Amino acid sequence: MARRVGLEVSLACAEAAKLANVDVVAAYPITPQTHIVEHLAELVADGHLDAEFVPVESEHSAISACVGSSAAGARTFTSSSSQGLALMHEILFIASAMRLPIVMAVANRALSGPLNIWNDHSDIMAERDIGWVQTFAENGQEVLDLMLHAFKVAEDKRVCLPVIVNMDGFLLTHVIEPLLMPEQAEVDAYLPPYQPQQRLDIAQPISMGMVGMPEVYTEAKKASLEALLGSYDVVKEHWAGFAKQFGRQYKPIESYRSEDAEVLFVTMGSLGETCMTAIDELREAGVKVGSVRIRLWRPFPVDDFLAAIQGAKGLIVMDRALSPGVPAGPVATELRGLLYAKGYHLPVQNFVAGLGGRDVTRADFRMMLDKARKAFAAGGEMTCEMVGVKE
Amino acid sequence: MADEGLVPWRQLALGMAMPEAGSAKRFNTGDWRGKRYPVTDRDKCIKCGLCWITCPDMAYLPDESAEGYYKWDSYYCKGCGICIAECPKQAIEWREEKEEDKYGPACGS
Repeated sequence: MARRVGLEVSLACAEAAKLANVDVVAAYPITPQTHIVEHLAELVADGHLDAEFVPVESEHSAISACVGSSAAGARTFTSSSSQGLALMHEILFIASAMRLPIVMAVANRALSGPLNIWNDHSDIMAERDIGWVQTFAENGQEVLDLMLHAFKVAEDKRVCLPVIVNMDGFLLTHVIEPLLMPEQAEVDAYLPPYQPQQRLDIAQPISMGMVGMPEVYTEAKKASLEALLGSYDVVKEHWAGFAKQFGRQYKPIESYRSEDAEVLFVTMGSLGETCMTAIDELREAGVKVGSVRIRLWRPFPVDDFLAAIQGAKGLIVMDRALSPGVPAGPVATELRGLLYAKGYHLPVQNFVAGLGGRDVTRADFRMMLDKARKAFAAGGEMTCEMVGVKE
Repeated sequence: MADEGLVPWRQLALGMAMPEAGSAKRFNTGDWRGKRYPVTDRDKCIKCGLCWITCPDMAYLPDESAEGYYKWDSYYCKGCGICIAECPKQAIEWREEKEEDKYGPACGS
C-alpha cells in the first residue's frame, strides 16, 4: 500500500524517477530545479538507485547526453528550468525527431532579463513547438503521478516520444505537501522495464539522427507530427491504467464547477488551485463561474477542451507568459485561434498574470472576473491585460 | 511538383533511423569543393600526420602504398584549406581544379 508522507515536491519528483528505476540521469542544476537533481545525485551516490548520474557541464550537454543514452536504450531522465531549458533548445527538437522517450521535469521559471529565478511559464512557452508530449501538474501528488505516467507514455511503442512534466517553480517545487508515495511493486506493475523499439547496438548497427534532405524532411516532420497527435489516445489510456493501479483519475482537461457556469477561467499549473478557491467564494456570492484547467498541453486536447467549455458565454484565459507583439499571451492566442477554427463565437478575455513570481491572489481573480463580465456585456473587443502593473 | 523518389511518410523508419552503419560514406561531400584542391609535395612532407589529424572530413588517410605518407581523398575533401594552414613544412599547396579532374587520381601527387 502507498504510504502517506510529507515531502518537498522536488524530492517527490526525484523519488518518482527512482521509482521508475531510471538508468541514466544527465542534468545540470538550476534554481528552482536544483533539489530534484541534487536528490537524484544523492540517491545514486548512496546506492539507493542503480543509475548512471552524468554531471554534465551545461544543459546543452545534459540533453545531448540524454539523447545518446536514450538512443543506446537506457531509460533516461533529466530536469531543467528557465535559462537551462533555453540552452537545451536546439537539441529538444532533435530528441523528438529521433523519437527518443526521454522524460524531463521542468520547474517552470521566468526567463531573463531582467534576471529572475521565480515562477512563470515563459520558459516552457518558448518550447511549445518542440514536438514533445507536455503535461502541467497542479500540485505535488500530480507531479509524482505525472512523472510515472510520463515514462509510460514516452516508452509506449505507439508513441516513442520525449515527455515534459511541467511544475511551477517554487510554488510547487519548494513546498512540502502531503503525498501518497506508492510502493515499488505498484510502480513496477504499472511501469515494466523499458523495451526499446530500436537502439544503438554494435552487433546490429543502425544510424540515428540522419540528415533529412529536402526530399525527405517534410515527410519526416509529418511522421513526427502524427506520432505526437497519435500519442493523445495513449496518454488517456495510460491515465486510465494509472487510475486502475493507483486509484487517482486524470484527464486531459480538468473542470471545476463548470456545469452551469456562464464564465469559465482557463488556467494551467498551480494557478488552478487558487482559481478554485476563488470560484468557491464567488459561487457563494451567487456568481455562475467555473474553471477548466489544461493538464495535457501537447498534444492539445481539442475535443476535451471544446466539450469542457460547452455552455459558457465567455472565457477568461490566464497566461503566465507574454507573447510580445501579438494581441494576447501564448495560451489565449492559441485558444482564440482554435475557437475561430471550430466556428465558435465565444469572447475570450486574456489576462497575463504571475510574471516572474508575482503572486496571483483570489482578489486578482475577482478583479479579472469583474472586468471580463463588463467586457462580455459590452460585447466589445477581446483584450489582453497585464495584471497588477504599477503605473 | 515532381515527386520522383519521394518516400511516403508512413514508410519512414522510426525517427528516420537507417538500418546500417556509416551510410554518410555514400555522400560525396567533395562535391561541395570549389575550384581548387590541396596537393602535397612529398619531397617536403615529413610524415607528421597533421593533415590527417586536423582534417575535419577525414579526407586524409594513411597511404597503404607509401609508408608514412597520407593519401588525399577527393570524394570527401570540401576544400577548407585547414591542412594547408596546419602543415608545418608548407608542403601542401592549392591547385586549380579543372572539371575533368574532379574525381581524378585520389592522391596528392
